[in-house]
Amino acid sequence: MTTATGRMFGRSIKRREDPRLVTGRGSFVDDIKLPGTTYAVFVRSPHAHARIRGIDATAARRHPGVVAVFTGKDMAGVNSLPCGWDLRKEKNIPGVIQDLAMVPHMPLAADAARHVGDPVAVVIADSRTAAVDAAELVKVDWEVLPAVTATERAAAPGAPQIHAGAPGNVAFRWEIGDRAATDQAFQRAAVTVRKRLVNQRLVANAMEPRACLARYDDATGELTLWVTSQNPHVHRLLMCAFVLGIPEHKVRVIAPDVGGGFGSKIFLYNEEVVCSWASRQLRRPVRWTATRREAYLTDAQGRDHVTDAELALDREGRMLGLRVRTTANLGAYLSTFAPAVPTFLYGTLLNGVYTIGAIHCEVTGVFTNTTPVDAYRGAGRPEACYVLERMVEAGARAAGMDVVELRRKNFIPRFSGAYQTHVAVAYDSGDYAAAFDRLLQMLDYRKFRAEQEAARRQGRLLGIGFSTYIEACSIAPSKVVGALGAGAGLYESGKVRVHPTGMVTVYTGSHSHGQGHETTFAQLVADELGIPIEQVEIVHGDTGAIPFGMGTYGSRSASVGGTAILMSLQKIKEKGKRIAAHLLEASPKDIEYVDGQFRVMGVPGKAVPFGTVALTAYVPHNYPEGLEPGLEETSFYDPSNFCFPFGAHACVVEVDRETGRVEILRYLAVDDVGNVINPMIVDGMVHGGIAQGVGQALWEGAVYDDRSGQLVTASMMDYALPKADMLPPYETDRTVTPTPVNPMGVKGAGETGTIAATPAVVNAVVDALAPLGVDHIEQMPLSAERVWSAIQAARSTR
Amino acid sequence: MKLPVTVTINGQQYSHEVEPRLLLVHYIREVVGLTGTHVGCDTSQCGACTILMNGQAVKSCTLFAVQADGATITTIEGLAKDGELHPIQQGFWEKHGLQCGFCTPGMIMAAYQILERYPRPTEEQIRHQLEGNLCRCTGYHNIVKAIQWAAEHMPARK
Repeated sequence: MTTATGRMFGRSIKRREDPRLVTGRGSFVDDIKLPGTTYAVFVRSPHAHARIRGIDATAARRHPGVVAVFTGKDMAGVNSLPCGWDLRKEKNIPGVIQDLAMVPHMPLAADAARHVGDPVAVVIADSRTAAVDAAELVKVDWEVLPAVTATERAAAPGAPQIHAGAPGNVAFRWEIGDRAATDQAFQRAAVTVRKRLVNQRLVANAMEPRACLARYDDATGELTLWVTSQNPHVHRLLMCAFVLGIPEHKVRVIAPDVGGGFGSKIFLYNEEVVCSWASRQLRRPVRWTATRREAYLTDAQGRDHVTDAELALDREGRMLGLRVRTTANLGAYLSTFAPAVPTFLYGTLLNGVYTIGAIHCEVTGVFTNTTPVDAYRGAGRPEACYVLERMVEAGARAAGMDVVELRRKNFIPRFSGAYQTHVAVAYDSGDYAAAFDRLLQMLDYRKFRAEQEAARRQGRLLGIGFSTYIEACSIAPSKVVGALGAGAGLYESGKVRVHPTGMVTVYTGSHSHGQGHETTFAQLVADELGIPIEQVEIVHGDTGAIPFGMGTYGSRSASVGGTAILMSLQKIKEKGKRIAAHLLEASPKDIEYVDGQFRVMGVPGKAVPFGTVALTAYVPHNYPEGLEPGLEETSFYDPSNFCFPFGAHACVVEVDRETGRVEILRYLAVDDVGNVINPMIVDGMVHGGIAQGVGQALWEGAVYDDRSGQLVTASMMDYALPKADMLPPYETDRTVTPTPVNPMGVKGAGETGTIAATPAVVNAVVDALAPLGVDHIEQMPLSAERVWSAIQAARSTR
Repeated sequence: MKLPVTVTINGQQYSHEVEPRLLLVHYIREVVGLTGTHVGCDTSQCGACTILMNGQAVKSCTLFAVQADGATITTIEGLAKDGELHPIQQGFWEKHGLQCGFCTPGMIMAAYQILERYPRPTEEQIRHQLEGNLCRCTGYHNIVKAIQWAAEHMPARK
């Protein structure tokens, strides 16, 4: 296969999706208008935990414009939203200590509400305003129950019980690594360090709120659902097979332009199920678009770990052992992939880029009266990186070593093929020191330390923090994830349709919600077929058009989705050779495909262009025996392993000692995502990832009031999203270590920045505060108040 | 109760009877049918609904439609002329100033006013002036570059 030598591969061509998006002609779910549409407004619990004694919708039903009001009791025969990841001993899933409690999650809660925002009824009306007004008239008789929201208190004795099926609010207990070997490592250690690390809860905050529009066609029995989805086939399968029990082939799910996802649009949610069901009842289109407050209350949230971590070092600073105890807050219900995130996407990454003697990690998942938690950009991997990179710097301080020196001493040496970690996964290829060295060069590390010394003498608090990271992406080999509890395979589909005129349409199971697939995939096709990119169209996001596909998350589109397309292109070329051989009166094995021409090898001038072969395939008047007409191929690619991008980031900060305010002076990133198809697009994803990672370190955090269970950061006024003037420009570069896993050598680039940035920033702040005696801050975000408090606490203990 | 409203949007006059509580952004999206102006929040933080009203960049969720009676409005759909992208739109395309594209219309309309105020803005000015517009994809790096590109390519003002 042609790879890095292709004409479009590696070029920063401008995005083909942009002309419609910069002129206001994108088509997002809320932009789609259908005649006869009704509007759904959900009645939600104002309480974190309350029994529903009864619901009186009489007044709401009488309100002008109201078409229907439904409660959970009306949805008889509708099942729980499924959890797509199992953790049970009987399924032989490795590491299970206590089985996952598969608690029910009904689309409309009928017995009790378990978090603020839990939907209990839906009002459907001819206009949005009528529905809003009528929803106010629905009377719910609540019996308010005690609630628990704090991660570390959920499983404490006496905590309020949230589900009958989960005693003590424990969802599961799970472990990975070698407990005995880790215990031994700690006995041999010269230096040990122990820290509590709280990885606070985050809200994805895709700029487009979730939305859906369901239209049931009475005449054909077909249901069309437009929905903000990262994986329309997953939505269709879960909704048809598990929740509504309706025929999958009569349901078409369309995810048109989608305004960001970051994980939050992977999952099947209550509202899209209720609207689909209601449209079948009412035989009218039903629309729902989340308000931003609803997005805060109901979009699956991210992170929320409380971890006690210990690192053991020998006298020379070599890493002997890592022990990790994590409590992961899953919220009130099991979201679609929730159990995978704090287990197989977290524990398996704790080896990082280091040779560590032994690792043991134990995770307890707990239920709380909060919004469900699931994958948010990075999903488990940022939490692992945060633990490891904070512990590495804490370990260096405890050992009296430079943080750079300690890292260098422990890097896994350059390799390609396989590096077996202590936590199940085997890395594909890596040169971790190279990325780090490039970073130090960009930074001029020695010079910085001299400047820092000078600044400290003037009383200024300058700090630098590093992080190295690894992530498992290109998700995922189906065999592997199946053995670990996944309810689905994680291959991808790619269909290539060559039209009679030589134009090409590609149907991909990947979904773009900002990633630029219409450009990147077209680059691949243009290269492989040697045709102008203008002849290539990429179609995604419509189950009525594309073959069954798994969608976009886990940095999988280029590596898994792109390879599926590449496989189909090979098949197109193979069939094309047979057609060309016939036209050229040669043997297929003598035909080569070069620059858009099928040529007879060694006979210059004896060739037919791609377009002629395409036309012949569809107008087969003169056609060989035994060859089917048409030129269209479908492939499903299932990767043989994950891919493991890596890199090194650094952040330089200055802390105002009077106010605690942190200012980022420089942010530097060296990422290695393997070969790069479109550098401009990859750089853009790195930038955005860094912004989210910095956001977690300094500003963001979902805060629940533990007494009332209210989410007190439920608006963009209260949840501090990064703004343009809070962030620096980013200094980025790349090293390139292709993966041997797929033919293009691409690893995945969607989550790198989010994973690396958070520990780099926190490490920098801790470094800045070192002269004051601060060596750790347990909680993020490092708001001015929290940093100021750390400074005061250090002063008072001196 | 409904009240009359007449506005000129992108050079075309519209007259409707609307509920007094109807927000201008919903009027533009639902009544007039111009869906390029987006709604990303309900507290006037995100700026996705930014339009130009009587020459000022305005978050169209902060006004009732009836308050815009008699106003002249430009939305994202009215920026390109004769099939030619406005330099700001071109700048966002050239410099990869968008990913999902949802915040982009509001960003572009906000940038329009930034460049009126500061024809040659510094990076600091751009970042400060953009504080009313949120983007979750780009980390703002390339949005700044897009507006700088536009500044360099804007036709000289008469």
